[in-house]
Amino acid sequence: MSTEHSPPPTDDAERAFDPAELQALRERVAELEETVADDGDGTKMTIVATQGSFDMAYPPLILASTAAAFGWDVVVFHTFWGLDILHEEKSADLKLSAVGNPNMPVPNAIAALPGMDTVATKLMQKRIDDNGTATIKELIDLSLESGVDLQACQMTIELMDYDEDDFYDGVTTGVGAATALQHMADSDIQLLV
Amino acid sequence: MSSEYQTTDTLDVTGQSCPMPVVKTKQAIDDLEAGDVLEVVATDSGSMSDIQGWADGTDGVALLEQVADDDRYIHYVEKTAE
Repeated sequence: MSTEHSPPPTDDAERAFDPAELQALRERVAELEETVADDGDGTKMTIVATQGSFDMAYPPLILASTAAAFGWDVVVFHTFWGLDILHEEKSADLKLSAVGNPNMPVPNAIAALPGMDTVATKLMQKRIDDNGTATIKELIDLSLESGVDLQACQMTIELMDYDEDDFYDGVTTGVGAATALQHMADSDIQLLV
Repeated sequence: MSSEYQTTDTLDVTGQSCPMPVVKTKQAIDDLEAGDVLEVVATDSGSMSDIQGWADGTDGVALLEQVADDDRYIHYVEKTAE
C-alpha cells in the first residue's frame, strides 16, 4: 500500500500531539477523575436531633446508622431534648407522650392522667420488641461503631445541668452551633428532626 | 438457591427490621475478601428494596440476586473490591 494518499502532517496536527501538552492533558484528566470519584464516595449528611421522646429518638439514629452503612460521613448534632438520646441514664428512660398524640387509642382527657405516658411507652416498647426493631441503645452503639459522629451541644449540656461524663463513650462534646453549621454547609443532606 | 453461588458466609437477620438488615450486611461485608459472596437471610420485606438501594449506592459491592421464599427474603451480595 502506498502512503502517498496520507495527508502530510500540518502544523495543527503537530501541535495537537505535542508530547508535553498531551502529558499535561493526561494529568489533568487523572486529576479530574479523582475529584469525581471523591465526590461519589464523600457524601455527607448532617442531622439535627432536637426531640427527646421515645418515638422521636428513632428516626435520626436509623438514618444515621444506615447512612454510615453507605460509607457516608455523618454528623448528628443533638440539642435541647435531643440531648437525652445520648445521655446514658436518660436514654434508657425516654418516654412516649400519650397527650396530643392522635395515634393513641385514648382521648386526651384520659391520656393526661398520671402514669399514662408510662403506659403508652410500655405499649410502644412491646410493639418494638415484637417487631424485632432495634433498641435505642443498639442503634447508638451501631452508629458509634460505624463512625457516626454523635455530637452533644455544649450549650444544652450546661443549660440542662448535665455533665460531659453523663454521655455514652464516643459522644463528641464541646461543640456548638458553629460546628454544626460548618458540617451542614459541607453536607449534601441536612435534616432537622 | 444457595447452590447457584459459592457463598462464603451466611448472615441471619431473621426477625430483625430496618435498619438492621442493611447495617449488619455492611458489617459482614467488611469482614470478607474481594470476590466473596454473602448470603443474607431476612424476614423483613423492606429488605428487598433496602438492600438493593444500599448495594446500588455503595462502592465495592454488587447485588447478585434476591429471592423471596415464603416469608424469607434472601439476598446474595458480592464484595467486588476492598
